[in-house]
Amino acid sequence: MADLRRLAGALRHDGGAVREAGPEDTVDGVPATVVARPASADGVAALLREATAQGLVTVARGAGTALDWGAPPERVDLVLETTGLDRLVEHGAGDLVVVAEAGLPVAELLEKVGGAAQELVVDLPPARLAGGSTVGGLLSTGVSGPRRLQRGGVRDLVLGATVVLADGTVASSGGKVVKNVAGYDLAKLLTGAYGTLGIVVRAAFRLHPARPDRAFVIGSGPAADVAAQARDVVASQLAPAAVEIDRPAGSDVAEVAVLLEGTGAAVGQRAADAAGLLGGRVRAEQPEWWAALPGTSGGPTCDGSTLVKATATLTGVAGLLAAARESEQRYGAGVALRGTAAGVLYALVTGSPEATALAVGHLRAAAPSPREGTVTVLRATPEVRAALDAWGPVGGLDLMRAIKRQLDPGRNLAPGRFVGGI
Amino acid sequence: MGESSTSGLRNVVGELLAELGGEQVITDRQRRRTYECDGLAAYRVIPGAVVLARDAADVATAVRACARHGVPFVARGSGTGLSGGALPHAEGVLVVMSQLRAIREADLANQRAVVDPGVINLQLTAATSPDGYYFAPDPSSQSVCSIGGNVAENSGGAHCLKYGFTTNHVTGVDLVTPGGEQVEIGGKAPDPPGYDLLGALVGSEGTLGIVTAATVRLTRLPQEVRTLLAAFRTMDDAGAATSAIIAAGVIPAAIEMMDALAIEAAEAAVHCDYPHGAGAVLVIELDGPAPDVAGEFDDVVRLCEGAGAFEVRVAADDEERALIWKGRKSAFAAVGRISPDYIVQDGVIPRTALPLVLRQIAELSESAGVRVANVFHAGDGNLHPLVLFDGAVEGAVDRAEAVAGGILDLCLEHGGSITGEHGVGADKAKHMPRMFTPDDLDTMQAVRCAFDPEGISNPGKVFPTPRLCGERPGRHRGAHPLAESGVAEVF
Repeated sequence: MADLRRLAGALRHDGGAVREAGPEDTVDGVPATVVARPASADGVAALLREATAQGLVTVARGAGTALDWGAPPERVDLVLETTGLDRLVEHGAGDLVVVAEAGLPVAELLEKVGGAAQELVVDLPPARLAGGSTVGGLLSTGVSGPRRLQRGGVRDLVLGATVVLADGTVASSGGKVVKNVAGYDLAKLLTGAYGTLGIVVRAAFRLHPARPDRAFVIGSGPAADVAAQARDVVASQLAPAAVEIDRPAGSDVAEVAVLLEGTGAAVGQRAADAAGLLGGRVRAEQPEWWAALPGTSGGPTCDGSTLVKATATLTGVAGLLAAARESEQRYGAGVALRGTAAGVLYALVTGSPEATALAVGHLRAAAPSPREGTVTVLRATPEVRAALDAWGPVGGLDLMRAIKRQLDPGRNLAPGRFVGGI
Repeated sequence: MGESSTSGLRNVVGELLAELGGEQVITDRQRRRTYECDGLAAYRVIPGAVVLARDAADVATAVRACARHGVPFVARGSGTGLSGGALPHAEGVLVVMSQLRAIREADLANQRAVVDPGVINLQLTAATSPDGYYFAPDPSSQSVCSIGGNVAENSGGAHCLKYGFTTNHVTGVDLVTPGGEQVEIGGKAPDPPGYDLLGALVGSEGTLGIVTAATVRLTRLPQEVRTLLAAFRTMDDAGAATSAIIAAGVIPAAIEMMDALAIEAAEAAVHCDYPHGAGAVLVIELDGPAPDVAGEFDDVVRLCEGAGAFEVRVAADDEERALIWKGRKSAFAAVGRISPDYIVQDGVIPRTALPLVLRQIAELSESAGVRVANVFHAGDGNLHPLVLFDGAVEGAVDRAEAVAGGILDLCLEHGGSITGEHGVGADKAKHMPRMFTPDDLDTMQAVRCAFDPEGISNPGKVFPTPRLCGERPGRHRGAHPLAESGVAEVF
């Protein structure tokens, strides 16, 4: 049982607060005992050292916009809120670099660097951005947005991170310069790790200059045609910033939206060329579903549905779209699919646990091998989780387990939340 | 293991001779000696034995034999590394990867290639560029360096300012773990599930195992490439031009800077005909869709002139572009013409600190009486000072090394890094504690322990002191309650 007094004692120099958990602190259905909100990295270290010494299980929470992603933790003794660490440490505008604490809302970071006409090109879903999603949450969930096509994912933009391990060790890797090969790149290892290796307290990211002008080109048609058109744009020399595909549940028609960014008339010329490839139309405004997770256009997701991440090769995206339609026809599930033509899509699957499990299996089977595409369940009800394999085959799982064993030998950080029961 | 290092190696060699045969296992001292150094010739060690691998199975065979006897192994690609990353181990096995050089698949439709680790960087670009693709990481050794080596070192190059480093271009590998297991990680699809093992592996300098195949991105060739050479009276002016270009929101494919001494060397070597009287030149390349490049190009020319460029030379065709690049690309070797010996340093600073750091390097150079030629990737603050000396003069090596070390101090003082692309290797392991705390290094080594608990994969590189891979002191505090009660398995 958690010793609240001693946990509070760990934060006495930090100014942070400790309280008993309430129903609102439940993590994906798992009730918590204590909530602590340290105000500094040292506070996080002191708190974790104490919590782990007590044998407690700690789960990190930022704004909580994706706290139900990943499997539910086996137990939650301590919810460690990172929102007390909310400083923007450094914005090196001339160096196109930003360093921020983990609890800083991404929206605030974007606003700050936006003042220098720069951006962190991560394209969080609007609902998460509006919900206060933090830098730590961004990193730990490794979310993929439209512009990853050209700029890469979060793991490609992170330059360094400071993490607190379960035993309170504070460790940094990388740095705050764009080019750096000194030591292991642990920031990438922490990206998408759901807080199972350590709690990130600070991270440095590469920024890009915000392009002054943008144009969208929208096309639509049968899913197979749309997939082929999207591929043509990706394979062109138009250097699109994003090529997104949206297939609403139950629809025979899909939409493709291409984003072109740049300066002045050049963008218009490229947009016209892209419109030619797509047989589409040029628009100044983004589609209402842009960057949002499927099944929503910014609002809260509906209950009981299953959120899935599906990856594919460029040519495999067509197979995923076909598998979505087939899953609906064969199993009576609803499958809304949306994401980048580069092969990272999100699907919202609705239906009974059995239908959902069959649909997820069918989407997974769309790739000839796991090296050419995988399907993992991000958010699901316990009934659905019981009916399916949430992670599918994972290459290198033994190595992942060994890493977990090294960094969190007592399984004190979000045990059970990650692949293979990690 | 209980074996002495000599008897361990003897056992390994015996087993490998039996399994692979004498053609692939080199024991003769003269032949082993061929491999005594990589691109950093200051460090030399004759390997205990050499295995010429023909395929992944050979690599696994060699590594398994080493693992059985606790004998170190080192993988070597083309041996062009500049930090001694492929420096052999006297009591260990050097696994030579250069015979694994097939491009297994160029899957253009999926913009991926699957290659053997010994494939030469430029070979992949040459094979795919007729179809409109290329492999973006372009270290200056690209005509000879191997992709396996690029993966180990997370190689960059002049164009990584815009296109990123090797780590941004690898989507899958086949790995032989230090225990000898063959593991497939990632593939052609992005974002493999689980921890980002590729992120840990790429750039780990051969300390986490040996990669026997890599799946890499193929990048679409740009529609337009434009290259210019801008000559300035001073380094400060050239630095100001670089800042102005970045501030204008332009990300060129490359911005390279050379100072007067580097220009002098390049002139002497390749007669690149850079403008007379230049205290600094910038080589700037823009690429992308034609209409965008045209607009950006005009901006860049205007910004260079505004910062004091007294001559801007634009490449009219590929031949002229090659001539502009020739001076830059030959700079390292060219320095050999004006100095008997030199150290190639590799450090990084925040780009905005460039003018200040260059002045500090000049002061360092002057007070030590050691000449320093500066060549660097100005866009991302990656410095390559060339510290010139004459090894025949007593004390000259020490003075040069002191200056090279002083430059790294400057990089760290300004919040930079001790290496931007050459790696830590054997050369800079001693500097790691200046950049990282003991806890930082211990945590990195904990990850190493996950891959290589016996510490046999390229030991002595990256980390100044090895770490035993037992329990972390003070970390286990009794069994986990869930494990104890049987609720959960402890992995």
